[in-house]
Amino acid sequence: MTKVRNNHAWWLILPMLLLVAFSAIIPLMTVVNYSVQDVFDANTRFFTGTEWFREMLNDPALQAAVLRQFAFSLTVLAIEVPLGIGIALLMPKKGWQASAVLILVTMPLLIPWNVVGSIWQIFTRGDIGLMGWSLRELGYGYNITASPVDAWATIILMDVWHWTPLIALLCYSGLRSIPDAYYQAARIDRASQWSVFRYIQLPKLTNVLVIGVLLRFMHSFMIYAEPFVLTGGGPGSSTTFLSQSLTTMAIGQQDLGPSAAFSLIYFLIILLVSWVFYTAIMNMQKDKPDGGV
Amino acid sequence: MEWMVWTTPTLVFFPVIAAILAGMTVWEIASPSIERRGFLPIATTRGDRLFIGLLSAAYLHLMVVGFTPLSIWMALAASILWMLVLMRWG
Repeated sequence: MTKVRNNHAWWLILPMLLLVAFSAIIPLMTVVNYSVQDVFDANTRFFTGTEWFREMLNDPALQAAVLRQFAFSLTVLAIEVPLGIGIALLMPKKGWQASAVLILVTMPLLIPWNVVGSIWQIFTRGDIGLMGWSLRELGYGYNITASPVDAWATIILMDVWHWTPLIALLCYSGLRSIPDAYYQAARIDRASQWSVFRYIQLPKLTNVLVIGVLLRFMHSFMIYAEPFVLTGGGPGSSTTFLSQSLTTMAIGQQDLGPSAAFSLIYFLIILLVSWVFYTAIMNMQKDKPDGGV
Repeated sequence: MEWMVWTTPTLVFFPVIAAILAGMTVWEIASPSIERRGFLPIATTRGDRLFIGLLSAAYLHLMVVGFTPLSIWMALAASILWMLVLMRWG
């Protein structure tokens, strides 16, 4: 006997599909159209074919921005993921302490991006900022407007401060969902703290970590407001990330054709990396005997 | 739709992609895909292989356009060939 499956519920996603068509698909198609033309106004446009793509791919400034962007995203992921897991493990599990710590940890997530930039801009100033002033008093010539190393360290610190809580919260909720029986079994087996983490907690965290890593990667790859407010992309172009290069080109110079081509390349990079992350993590789960549930 | 500044190549491109997706849907309903392992290092369904094929085709086009003097039609031909190999043995 064959099982009859009722798929009519799929029609319910139709309104959402329409919404996405208007908010994402049609604009994306327009970007594709712009990327193969030089558009001056509604009546004056020239077909340029692949010219903009060739130009963008061979632009040294953009190539440097891509490398910088990858360096930044991978650095913040390498710091935030282990740190977030660590914080989640240390967070109290019940009582008023749990609520208090949760609120404290969530705070940075509630602050808008540009405000985060402003906070750190003031925080790092040499004359009035707590961090800037303290570092100078301690004898280190800290200056984010002159030293690329200082600017980089500050932006990474800022991102870690702003977004580690997200990983920590996701992991905390993941840890809370592990039934007590697992810990009891581990205690009977006299499992060490490390084995409990490695064989019980970490596998149970895989699902939330997939979401965490993907969100953090996409977020950090699109980072714009914070470095823009903090360093303005400088000193020189040492902290100019992809979205800022794109904005300068599209809004500042109104080069719509080249920036459309560049947007598509940017989109393809994000698509590829997200797919690789997703597939890798999903396959890691599949290889495990219990399916990583 | 004047504001979308359509050109002939893009006006061909999107309906072709839409037709592929529609065709894949019909194929999936007619005979559901079974996840299997081909020459790719991961087990894939038909849809996974289509996605991998389209994404690698996009990168291939970018490489050809950006870093070689070859014609974009070469990239298109290579992509179609690659897509067929991937769908059959991937």
